[in-house]
Amino acid sequence: MDSFKLKGLLILAVLIVGTLFAAPSFFGSKEVPEGWIGPKEKIRLGLDLQGGIHLVLRVVTDKAVESRLNSVASDLKSQMINERIHYSSVSAESPEILQVVLRVPDDYAKLGKLITDSYPYLREANRSTAGGTMTVNYQISADEASTIRTQAVEQALETVRNRIDQFGVSEPSIIPQGNDRIVLQLPGVTDPERAKALLKNTAILEFKLVDEERSVQDALRGDTPSGSYVAYMKDGNQPILLKQRAVMTGDLLDDARVRIQSTYNQPYVEISFSRQGGRIFERVTSENVGKRLAILLDGKVYSAPVIREAIAGGRAIIEGNFTDEEASDLAIILRAGSLPAPVDILEERTVGPSLGQDSIYQGFLSMIIGGLVVVAFMIVYYKFSGLIADLALIANIVLILGALAVLGATLTLPGLGGIVLTIGMAVDANVLVYERIKEELRLGRTAKMAVEAGYKNALPAILDANITTLIAAIVLFQFGTGPVQGFAVTLSIGIVASLFTALVLCRWIQEWLVNYQKIERISI
Amino acid sequence: MDIIRPGTQIDFMKYRKAAFALSAALIIISIAALFVRGLNYGTDFTGGTEIQVAFSKTVKTDEVRSAIDPIGLAGAAIQSIGEDRDNEFLIRTPAEGDTGGEAAQQIEGALKSTFGEETVDIRRVDVVGAAVSQDLKQKGFLSLFYAGIGLLIYIWWRFKISYSVAAILALTHDVIITVGMFSITGREISLPVIAAFLTVIGYSLNDTIIVFDRIRENIKKAAGSFDFPSLLDSSISQTLSRTLITSSTTLFVVLALFLFGGSVINNFAFAIMVGLIVGTYSSIFVASPILMLFSRTKK
Repeated sequence: MDSFKLKGLLILAVLIVGTLFAAPSFFGSKEVPEGWIGPKEKIRLGLDLQGGIHLVLRVVTDKAVESRLNSVASDLKSQMINERIHYSSVSAESPEILQVVLRVPDDYAKLGKLITDSYPYLREANRSTAGGTMTVNYQISADEASTIRTQAVEQALETVRNRIDQFGVSEPSIIPQGNDRIVLQLPGVTDPERAKALLKNTAILEFKLVDEERSVQDALRGDTPSGSYVAYMKDGNQPILLKQRAVMTGDLLDDARVRIQSTYNQPYVEISFSRQGGRIFERVTSENVGKRLAILLDGKVYSAPVIREAIAGGRAIIEGNFTDEEASDLAIILRAGSLPAPVDILEERTVGPSLGQDSIYQGFLSMIIGGLVVVAFMIVYYKFSGLIADLALIANIVLILGALAVLGATLTLPGLGGIVLTIGMAVDANVLVYERIKEELRLGRTAKMAVEAGYKNALPAILDANITTLIAAIVLFQFGTGPVQGFAVTLSIGIVASLFTALVLCRWIQEWLVNYQKIERISI
Repeated sequence: MDIIRPGTQIDFMKYRKAAFALSAALIIISIAALFVRGLNYGTDFTGGTEIQVAFSKTVKTDEVRSAIDPIGLAGAAIQSIGEDRDNEFLIRTPAEGDTGGEAAQQIEGALKSTFGEETVDIRRVDVVGAAVSQDLKQKGFLSLFYAGIGLLIYIWWRFKISYSVAAILALTHDVIITVGMFSITGREISLPVIAAFLTVIGYSLNDTIIVFDRIRENIKKAAGSFDFPSLLDSSISQTLSRTLITSSTTLFVVLALFLFGGSVINNFAFAIMVGLIVGTYSSIFVASPILMLFSRTKK
């Protein structure tokens, strides 16, 4: 076999592989039929075509650092009591500063030693003495703070993934971006409020005893007893006086399920603790029989039932006049774990299914109309050679679709625009070659020589022209987000595919015509 | 079939003063428009909330306005999009973040209670925070700059520095006029429109490169003895038919996209269409005359 035939076979192989990969996408939303031997991957549609939500979240990492300092503060309090260090307050003064106020300034040396031994990442920033008390500010080290921030983002990413998985979104995309951002693509989800509620709840579950010895009215008037504070019920916003210390938190949670209360058909969430959690819960409840235990999620009191007896078996229920949806989302959030820090929503884009459908229809309509005009023009202007270019154009579109499927790239509306644009640009290379061939023919060259010279002489300009467009497409890909990147991808693939179809496929066909079929007059 | 008879020689360089005057006028109008009218940046670049809503019955802009007025959103703008029969509107408010989401919900509620639950189709809601929009704007315009630098270097490498500078000047000319058209028509600049500007940058060079390639070839053929202006004329004349055909085929599809592609992609298609027409003009009447200016100053 000579090299010309071998080249022909290779071209054929590329076209067949391209067709195989492109084929599944033509079934649209239908299943690929049983017995299809080729690849089954379809082209992924962007959110702007299939509808869905795009969200950019920012993890408020300052809060993660601050909450670490708060937990240091509470550990430090008990350590200082043990060491007989007399303090009046310990708290996170700002996200990175822990402030200790000493009642006895002489304890400063003991405090310094305690900090160096137990919390080596805290450095003294400054101290001042006034009115017999000494205020010492400790700054968390930059390394430690950045580790906490990184961990917070990683853990938030994990929690967000869990929640979305459990929510049941098919093919979500959840990726970190920059230092503290998470980008979510949720195809098919069209209720942004529900999605945001699911993501934004930090979901910190706490159990706190109700302070029944003092009155909430006194506390509201400003006379809040130490160790207690006023919280509010989720429904109705009534104030309730709670002990500050949580007797138990949601860390020891094992599972959360929606149950339906049979009498009123009212959904509630049943949580079960791990074995260790169950033991703690049993002890807490047995020690406080007759008292009220408040169940809080993110600081809001869901319910505060009276403990009638010690609860063994590690189960508790959360009630709160839920709708079915709220109950099921709450169970998801509890199962998926809490967020280490709150999240802000920086960007939110929702595309309804009707717009996506219209966009697909309009995109294909313009592709077909534009395509037909180009195809007709090429035949009218270049006759049989134009027909060859048209065949190459169809091969080009199939190759683009196949490449999109193989690369797992996402087809967006601007991407569809990119394919339409490629149809107009793909024949450019053919035009440049054909004009060259015409020139050569006018100079009196034979068909064979004209074809050869035409392809050879047109090559540098074609390459330069396409590479410049490719450079612009690459810059676009670097800067772009979602839909725009989709455009850069289809444009780039389109350029490469059109170079193949115009310079390799068409050339082979025309060389075959003049060399093997001995065509002496080119229809051009 | 030939649209330009073979052997036709047009004295393009004779028209260069008229062409420069026209280009200068277009650029001055564009820049003036940018200063006077500015650009209509979309939510992508200003931050805020944008809602695209369609009604299944006839609704006028004023009715939409009076439906959402009671909510008391500051600076809400309502704009009818597409054909009149589409009954489709864009509602924009500067609210962002959680307030943006709330505003969107309130607007949806108000529209549904005024026009009926079933007639309202919320087709798209974008809420873009200030941090994101600032980022996008900066990156968007930087990308135009980077693309320009990349292309300058590439053409410099493939041709000569004078060709490269001439091409980039022609390119800048195209971009300024295209952006100017957005300012004059008040069309919205969104992310896809920036993508279209970049495509214009890449694609409008194609015709220029075809002409430059022919100039280079003709210089080689002439082997030292030639009159530069007439060499430019014959180079442009020889490549004129392909310049026109390649631009036309692309114009056909962009026109199809502009007419049938729908509201979302309309501005994108408009940008490419304007850029394509200006780019074709500039590859003939701007890039080569600049090349001629350079060759003159060298002597």
